[in-house]
Amino acid sequence: MERIASQLNIFAAIGRVVLAFFTASGRLAIFTVDAVSHCVRPPVYLSLVLQQMVRIGYFSLPVVGLTAFFTGAVLCLQIFIGGSRYGAEAFVPQIVVLGITRELGPVIAGLMVAGRVAAAIAAEIGTMRVTEQIDALTTLSTNPMKYLVTPRLIAAVVTMPVLVAIADSIGVLGGYAVATRSLGFNGAVYLKNTIDFVTQGDVVSGLVKAAAFGFIIALMGCYHGFHSKGGAQGVGQATTNAVVSASILILAANYVLTSFFFSR
Amino acid sequence: MTATPKIELNSVKKRFGPKIVLDGVDLTINEGDSIVIIGGSGSGKSVTIKCVLGILRADSGTIRVDGQDVTRIRGAKRDAMLRKFGMLFQGAALFDSLPVWENVAFGLIQGRRVPRARARDIAVEKLAKVGLGSEVVNLSPAELSGGMQKRVGLARAIAADPEIIFFDEPTTGLDPIMADVINDLIHSTVRDLGVTAVSITHDMASARKISNRIAMIYKGKIIWDGATKDIDHSGNAFVDQFIRGSAEGPIKMEVRR
Repeated sequence: MERIASQLNIFAAIGRVVLAFFTASGRLAIFTVDAVSHCVRPPVYLSLVLQQMVRIGYFSLPVVGLTAFFTGAVLCLQIFIGGSRYGAEAFVPQIVVLGITRELGPVIAGLMVAGRVAAAIAAEIGTMRVTEQIDALTTLSTNPMKYLVTPRLIAAVVTMPVLVAIADSIGVLGGYAVATRSLGFNGAVYLKNTIDFVTQGDVVSGLVKAAAFGFIIALMGCYHGFHSKGGAQGVGQATTNAVVSASILILAANYVLTSFFFSR
Repeated sequence: MTATPKIELNSVKKRFGPKIVLDGVDLTINEGDSIVIIGGSGSGKSVTIKCVLGILRADSGTIRVDGQDVTRIRGAKRDAMLRKFGMLFQGAALFDSLPVWENVAFGLIQGRRVPRARARDIAVEKLAKVGLGSEVVNLSPAELSGGMQKRVGLARAIAADPEIIFFDEPTTGLDPIMADVINDLIHSTVRDLGVTAVSITHDMASARKISNRIAMIYKGKIIWDGATKDIDHSGNAFVDQFIRGSAEGPIKMEVRR
């Protein structure tokens, strides 16, 4: 008898997990549709969009720039060392620029901004939720989706490609610095090889990825913030969930987008 | 009088998962009433108010405001309905990213597109009404004490000249003197503006002072509803226990919400 009961418990546990998964996916889908629909319906609070662009884009520049520089530098070093086994050192500039523009620029910038911005958004909106500020918005005839979520979504989607374009340049610069300073490359030749090799498609695909990552970051921050509950601990949980889910979704979306762009 | 009631709730039910919070609330609030809903923690007071505002959606039953069914309305109609309301939240719920005056003027600027300069003048005037001078206008809400925050919340609730004001535990967390100041403010505001006021509280001193009518909610139902002056001889054992604040009686404390 007890065994049957414990087996039932297993089914109950599995059922709970499955149900919770579908509940959460459904809630996220509704939230996403609602949020996107507000982006295209007036009024859009332009001043808030600008404010968020500064917070999401401009203030992320230092951290994104630094990580891009060191990523480019280490990429250059590794390709040089690995390539030298086949006598392929000469291809360093081409591989660095390809790696940075197609993959590492958008992904590294996306992950850094996820850590910085998704956390900040989730903490801010989560605190507003648990202190009833979101309810207060409603009673003041202001739609919280429109006032809080839409500006962040638009700002993230617009600024992420700009951030990644800058990260691409700084990443290539990092590779250039290592190649010319310690690996003995000629600067002019390095740059010429880089520019001759890189195509518009490499850069544009990276920027499209960046826009998608921006959407994921803002959406995860807002979604988890909106659905946080239970005081300080709930807000902390929401912040963690926002960063973790944004990072995982960025990496998954990156694979999907890469296979979409580059598989023929 | 056969005038349309200002707010009318008809067997409103609401549950969160297995927990039934509202189990058929019936309540009629007439224009000019100042009604206080009393009840223990977790008895469904806040949920009732949130259902009226549409922050929470009732599972069944109807809610009418000025005769209009608001239970399922959306979009522009809902915005128009919400303009009739002002609300003072329990923790004041001020926007901490905005200075005091913008908090008060928020509904005017965002909800009604009043120009900022004009909205600021109105905010200063409303702040004066709740006894706050021009020195607080540019402060951030975090710089204010709890009582001051409540006053700013009150100024924000009355800023757009609402017809109905909700007060969610207006005196909770304040010292007795500040609580009395807030009670006086609520009383005079309601009287001077001629609004309909709905307060929820478990502070009996406050309830007696600001209301002309009291309704008691217990286990998701209104179990008593009458004039404030009759509260001491209600003949209802639940009400008696609550106003005496006694652990002995028919009400058993619920541990979980």
